[in-house]
Amino acid sequence: MSTPQFTTLTARCVVLPIQDVDTDQIIPARFLKVTDKLGLGEKLFCDWRYLDDGSPNPKFILNQPEAEGTQILIAGHNFGCGSSREHAPWALAGFGFRAVISTMFADIFKGNSLKNGLIPVVIEPAAHAELVALRAKNPDLQLTIDLKTQTVGWPGQMPLMFPIDPFSRTCLLEGVDELGYLQKFQTQAEAYEAAHA
Amino acid sequence: MSQNPQTLFQKIWDSHIVAEEPGAPTVLYIDLHLVHEVTSPQAFSVLKERGLKVRRPERTVATMDHSIPTKGGYEAADEMGRIQLRLLEANASANGVRLYGLDSVQRGIVHVIGPEQGFTQPGMTIVCGDSHTSTHGAFGSLGFGIGTSEVGHVLATQCLLQRKPRTCEIRVDGTLRPGVTAKDIILAVLAKIGVGGGTGHVFEYTGAAIRTLDMEGRMTVCNMSIEGGARAGMVAPDDKTFNFVSGREFAPKGSAWDQAVARWRTLPTDAGATFDKTVTLDASSLEPMVTFGTNPGQGVAITQPLPQPSSLADANERAGLEKSLAYMKFEAGKPILGQPVDVVFLGSCTNSRIGDLRAAAGLLKGRKVAKNVRMLVVPGSQSVKQAAEAEGLDQIFKAAGAEWREAGCSMCIAMNGDQLTPGQLAVSTSNRNFEGRQGKGGRTVLASPLTAVASAVAGRIADPRSLLNGGHP
Ligand code: SF4
Repeated sequence: MSTPQFTTLTARCVVLPIQDVDTDQIIPARFLKVTDKLGLGEKLFCDWRYLDDGSPNPKFILNQPEAEGTQILIAGHNFGCGSSREHAPWALAGFGFRAVISTMFADIFKGNSLKNGLIPVVIEPAAHAELVALRAKNPDLQLTIDLKTQTVGWPGQMPLMFPIDPFSRTCLLEGVDELGYLQKFQTQAEAYEAAHA
Repeated sequence: MSQNPQTLFQKIWDSHIVAEEPGAPTVLYIDLHLVHEVTSPQAFSVLKERGLKVRRPERTVATMDHSIPTKGGYEAADEMGRIQLRLLEANASANGVRLYGLDSVQRGIVHVIGPEQGFTQPGMTIVCGDSHTSTHGAFGSLGFGIGTSEVGHVLATQCLLQRKPRTCEIRVDGTLRPGVTAKDIILAVLAKIGVGGGTGHVFEYTGAAIRTLDMEGRMTVCNMSIEGGARAGMVAPDDKTFNFVSGREFAPKGSAWDQAVARWRTLPTDAGATFDKTVTLDASSLEPMVTFGTNPGQGVAITQPLPQPSSLADANERAGLEKSLAYMKFEAGKPILGQPVDVVFLGSCTNSRIGDLRAAAGLLKGRKVAKNVRMLVVPGSQSVKQAAEAEGLDQIFKAAGAEWREAGCSMCIAMNGDQLTPGQLAVSTSNRNFEGRQGKGGRTVLASPLTAVASAVAGRIADPRSLLNGGHP
């Protein structure tokens, strides 16, 4: 498995204007029997995205022509709450998303996303509302996310800073492997174990 | 006592720091790693790819709970489920990890067997690829859920990279009235703070109502901390905690026990220690709680009418409430009492322990599950099942017309054959009422075991207090 990397992204976006979207909606539990990470993108938002007969629900945003080729999801407040399943960012990344913009993310989802090169971008509610309104007027709106400067911008908007864990940022920019990093502390871990035996 | 008064959380955090580098998260030592079949396969694959083995198999415990059918045997599982279960067997055996497998008489839901076998102890750091690892905080440990990448990190290094969360005290004063339980406390907390209210925090539950709860009640409360967005929920250990742990298979014995208890007694939050935030609740005024929406924070006292979206100022919140009510097919302003019920599910890591089953059976004894209702009783572990059968609880459930199953997550997660059909309404003792959580199109009302039984008997959402003195709902 390659280490995820991210520097900058300029891409079109779609809006899912629902708050408290839980990971059971992102990827329902019945798809968690996989023993790899493949194919989850097709099941992303499955119960909203497909009708009972399995055909695409034409009303759902990801089934509309404007969703074609989009790489940024503008989501509602508290996105990714609930279950810790890392299958949620796997499914989002599997679909082709590389960033999600919200006013708040659930903790475990945020951590899981960063480990999979999916950038959780937190912006203020006012900026979020403005972005949603702008996107409603212009389906071709392109956003630029720059991880080096920790900014997100769009035409007519000064790039906005967003918070991100500095360690995760470095890992993503430089392709640092987190497990490899942790393994460097083997000696300290042994010392800890000896002291607490 | 240290010069600086510290919280329970701070003490455990500080005593588990392996290393800290500038700019990087803390390297935290993990005392106990619980593993199940659903969130571990890809983590074991990473180890295999890199030629690594589980670093501390003796600190790693595996069980089968999520995708295992509760009808018994692999045959009941579908092919992918079988592959997943077999893979956990192979991964555990290749790494020398103890597995409570299909044939184990102690197998069960990961958060039930940890405490039951004595793995869960005060002061520990405990992780699992499962958000309800917060359950273990009832013992005064720091237990939190992690993703599969992190499962791999802990398997390989017994350490985890973590940023220190903030702390939030949830103080519950007062005394619960009859018919009101630990489950109602936590549903009331969630209704107060909302599903995102605890984000970035670890909860410590304090106050007379929490101290009065037995260990199972404390587990029920801590279990649903994640439903408020908190990573963990904790209760300071006391004699109840030590009595629960004492004598269990993996608990310390002899002089090691005495030393452990002496250490555990230093864990509770010092007088004068501060939390980043405090939320208070009065247990004396609580009524049985039920959820009406599609997240666990959407709860009301069972006697109250459902909220009106028009009463919410925020447009997003209003839209959220409208969407939830529409999914649940409930009408704003109307009572939730009396809504017809199709299924009652008694189980899950929130409410499937022996005390839950006793309380439920106590209320159900001599009564019948309503004709139109399917009631499923699923013990949290095979040990709970045996204990319940030894007491004859299974007979009470069966005589009332309920199904009595093997241990597992069952209908809490609907990936093992137990599930709602579209449109069905369930009163469930589990922890999540998300859309489709208990089966595609299914509608879930979360409640206590007592409320679940009262609703099963009435065939409608019913107040358990109506049954308490031998009454009819
Ligand atoms: S019972 Fe439900 S919440 Fe608990 S571990 Fe199983 S699936 Fe998760």
